[in-house]
Amino acid sequence: MNKTETQLDLLAINRIAFKTILRKEIRRFARIWVQTIVPPSINAILYMLIFGSLIGAKISDMGGFRYIDFIVPGIIMMAVIINSYSNVVSSFFSSKMQNYIEEMLVSPVSNVTIVLGYMAGGMARGLLVGALVAAVSLFFSELKPLYPLITIAVAVLTSMMFSLGGLINAVFAKSFDDISIVPNFILTPLTYLGGVFYSISMLPPFWQSVSMFNPMLYMINGFRYGILGASDIPIWTSFIVIILFIIVLATIAMTLLNKGVGIKH
Amino acid sequence: MNALSISGLSKTYGDSVHALKGIDLNVPEGDFFALLGPNGAGKSTAIGIISALVNKTHGSVKVFDHDIDEAPEAAKASIGLVPQEFNFNVFEAVLPTILNVAGYNGIERAEALKRAEYYLKKLDLWEKRKSPSRELSGGMKRRLMIARALIHEPKLLILDEPTAGVDLEIRRSMWSFLKELNEQHGTTIILTTHYLEEAEALCRNVAIIDGGEIIEQGAVAQLLSRSMLETFVLDTEGYTKPLTQIGPFTLRERDGNSIEVDVPKGHTINELFSELTEKGIYVSSLRNKTNRLEEFFLRLVQRKTGESA
Repeated sequence: MNKTETQLDLLAINRIAFKTILRKEIRRFARIWVQTIVPPSINAILYMLIFGSLIGAKISDMGGFRYIDFIVPGIIMMAVIINSYSNVVSSFFSSKMQNYIEEMLVSPVSNVTIVLGYMAGGMARGLLVGALVAAVSLFFSELKPLYPLITIAVAVLTSMMFSLGGLINAVFAKSFDDISIVPNFILTPLTYLGGVFYSISMLPPFWQSVSMFNPMLYMINGFRYGILGASDIPIWTSFIVIILFIIVLATIAMTLLNKGVGIKH
Repeated sequence: MNALSISGLSKTYGDSVHALKGIDLNVPEGDFFALLGPNGAGKSTAIGIISALVNKTHGSVKVFDHDIDEAPEAAKASIGLVPQEFNFNVFEAVLPTILNVAGYNGIERAEALKRAEYYLKKLDLWEKRKSPSRELSGGMKRRLMIARALIHEPKLLILDEPTAGVDLEIRRSMWSFLKELNEQHGTTIILTTHYLEEAEALCRNVAIIDGGEIIEQGAVAQLLSRSMLETFVLDTEGYTKPLTQIGPFTLRERDGNSIEVDVPKGHTINELFSELTEKGIYVSSLRNKTNRLEEFFLRLVQRKTGESA
């Protein structure tokens, strides 16, 4: 086997390996759809029913929009964030707990491909559930994105970012508690505080400044801008923040895998 | 060419646990090789390093001349690993388990399906292809791991205690499958095992590892001939319990009238018989104890730890 042959092979190997990991990840969440697809969709319906239709009807316009129209982009984004993250954190952690991560470690597939494969799997679930929630929201709100490309770009980049976050969480996790702490105690509160249900312009100046440190604010407002054309944050700031996060998280994920943290002795 | 060349390989866990203390090992292409050693000797650590599951501390490992540091992909592509512990997704069905691993090795789906069918049929698992692997019996799980290790048709197959907990019939059929693989396909096979008769029946060469060091290495036949004594099982009449030594011969009671006798090199069975006759003990049948390698192995390990054999 000469050198060029090896290099050519590697490209083909990693292309097929990427497709395999993605297919495996989609099969996994499709197989357990009662756990992965249904609950987030029901959650979203409840949010829209209670906060949007029932309570929302009593609330005056928010930033010039009906309250239900204001919160729908945030609710869709919440689904994208939590599902992208949860998919990768559960799947990668299971592969560690049952040791079948070793199937990949002993194969010629590269760490970049492993990261890309799991990330794509998380994105697939995050975007699928996001699309379902968006479809459901049509019963409550007229969802007509003003800037469809921006809307899609923010959703795709956000799911990318949180899939990477889930992977890093799984690398460090040692028990099932460790994979639920971040989604329950960090992601969900930060999303609530990131302007799903209110505009931060309603907050006192001090809390407005504090909110600027909440990364969710940039994703939720970026997405809301795509749909409504209104945002607390300039759209380019949203993109810069999300892309910076992706770069940092991807670098961390690659470093951890290359060192074998949590997966090699 | 060597299928495996290891030199100066060491592994230290933390600051003080030396799992491997600089071992050298060569396994020629086409060999059927046994790595023997008691629990905690370093066998699984060595296998872990070769197959990229454990980071080494020092030394070098080459698989078919591919250095595991310089050309890890080429090295990994040459190896099929059947680990000691089950390490597949128990919720995944048999066929997709195999197809996933084919994918990680860059095998196109159509080709992977063909090979999966071949190996699953060969290992009697085709009927179970749609069952989640948690529903398989212990022996089937083992065979699933063998099929999975072969899907990319590696030139070197490494099995870490492949027949542990597998019943005799399945063990025999696994043996003949591995023999066929070695003889007809030229696959180099390295196995670790607790069943020393397995090494004796299958392997040409053997290395004995203990305390992180290789204490003996060579052809199985040669090692056995160097064995300092041979043990026979005798069915007797007239044997009385307290007797443990007659002349140079050590006796151990097995059950009822059956005893084991160690015959040291340089002494003949005729001598043994005359000694026994003198004591009024008559032998109704005689056979060679099968686990000769086991005896040899135990003596080696005991000699090292300073116990008497």
